[in-house]
Amino acid sequence: MRRLWILLTFVVFALLLGAPVVRIAMGAWDQGWSGFAGGLTRPEALHALWMTTLIVIAVTVINTFFGVMLSLYLVRAAWLGPKLKKLMNSIVDLPFAVSPVIGGLMIVLILGPETALGGLLGSAGIKIVYALPGMMIATLFVTFPLVIREVMPVLQEIGNQQEEAASTLGAYGWTTFWRVTWPSIRWSVVYGVVLTVARALGEFGAVLVVSGNILFKTQTATTLVYQDVENFNLTSANSVALVLAAGSVALLLLMEWAKSRQGHH
Amino acid sequence: MSSTLQSRWWGWGFRSAVMLYFVLLIVFPILGIYGQSLSAGWGAFADNVTEPLAWKAVALTVKLALIATIINVLIGTMAGWVLIRYRFPGRKLLNSMVDLPFALPTAVAGLMILLLLGPQSPVGQWAERLGFTILFHQPAIVIAMVFVTFPFVIRAVQPLLEEMDPAEEEAAYTMGATKAATFFRVILPNMAPGIASGAMLAFSRALAEFGAVVLVAGNIPGKTLIASVYIFGEIESDNVVGATAVSVILLTFSFLILWFVNHLQTRRKGR
Repeated sequence: MRRLWILLTFVVFALLLGAPVVRIAMGAWDQGWSGFAGGLTRPEALHALWMTTLIVIAVTVINTFFGVMLSLYLVRAAWLGPKLKKLMNSIVDLPFAVSPVIGGLMIVLILGPETALGGLLGSAGIKIVYALPGMMIATLFVTFPLVIREVMPVLQEIGNQQEEAASTLGAYGWTTFWRVTWPSIRWSVVYGVVLTVARALGEFGAVLVVSGNILFKTQTATTLVYQDVENFNLTSANSVALVLAAGSVALLLLMEWAKSRQGHH
Repeated sequence: MSSTLQSRWWGWGFRSAVMLYFVLLIVFPILGIYGQSLSAGWGAFADNVTEPLAWKAVALTVKLALIATIINVLIGTMAGWVLIRYRFPGRKLLNSMVDLPFALPTAVAGLMILLLLGPQSPVGQWAERLGFTILFHQPAIVIAMVFVTFPFVIRAVQPLLEEMDPAEEEAAYTMGATKAATFFRVILPNMAPGIASGAMLAFSRALAEFGAVVLVAGNIPGKTLIASVYIFGEIESDNVVGATAVSVILLTFSFLILWFVNHLQTRRKGR
């Protein structure tokens, strides 16, 4: 009985997770090395990967900073009432429930060229939608809860005794944070950052809607894969997809590592 | 004195910046979409929702997401159980592979399924001989949804199994219960809250999925067009009211599920 269950689990994992990864790794090589390299070094592929890199860096930095600050406020701040904290706490999760396409649509509705705000910014020469800033905002929206959801439980668990002790002893806010709070939340922040990078790297729906997927302008790696598939250009799609998949597997390993550190911080 | 004053200014500045960021990035867009859907009045909203292709897309999404969730409950409960209870070579590897669908870009997942099930692939040809096609039909959508939501049930069940008191199980055996009876009477009730919340998260994610599905679904209106792809199509053809109307229905659905899961979890913790 026990053997059967283990075997069945292996079969499910092999079919559902193993086979697709192996297939894409093989697909990228079906025209040899030149097919893979050719698909990857196309000017549009290089540009798309560059856009993705820019988005990942900007989004990770911004959301890590705001995520850690907001978690601190939501757990510790005395100037927020408990009811407001509870309300905000449930709003934090909302981006998880929003379909990425809808997330993109929201940004187009508020900042698109036909709206009041978008028109105002447009006349000042700032393009948001169908340009890089809009794509960043879309990704910021989608990845917003990730850091907070990792950091908040740890903050709640460690309590604020140590922090209070530090400030009673005369330490300033910053010193208390870096010397007392940071060492205990460090690995949760790392874990949240890895999740954010993975999600920002792979975001597709929201970016597709906001970017308009314009070649050499607003195309990212994932929207390029989409366009290649639509054009039946499967080998090229495969090579870009393989790079993305390799990136996610590397991030997955990093996650495992961060998780094991989180366990005994 | 001046340093305390300065730090108070800093603190105030940080607070307003963080709160402003929160409101502008999260609250404002969500309120915006609800407002926009009603901007042309209730009549236009109702027209767009009752448009046959629109409600067919929503109904199809709900149906397929339900099927995917049921599949995930079955294989997720099994995998969660095996990974926690049994020790065997390769267990750690499988356990780290669980999160793969979360780490993988959804467009890449869609491409993988497309290649694996396409008409030229062994699976596609085998299905062809049996007289049905998978790709660009409903089964492909279900497979994409199952893949994307695979980790939810497993990750929700595992901590419950880890916390479970082995004494309960032992007591059942001592009193002469069979293995099956112990599982259904003792173990399963303990896992049930995890299965329920994992299933609901998987369901809400499956409702919202776009990237993996759009590549494999074929997107034939009324047949394989799911809600998120329908919304995308409406945006492309500049029918903003139609897009927002369906969005609002989908969003309300997901919010209710999320709220219910949170409620379930806080109640469990409170006990």
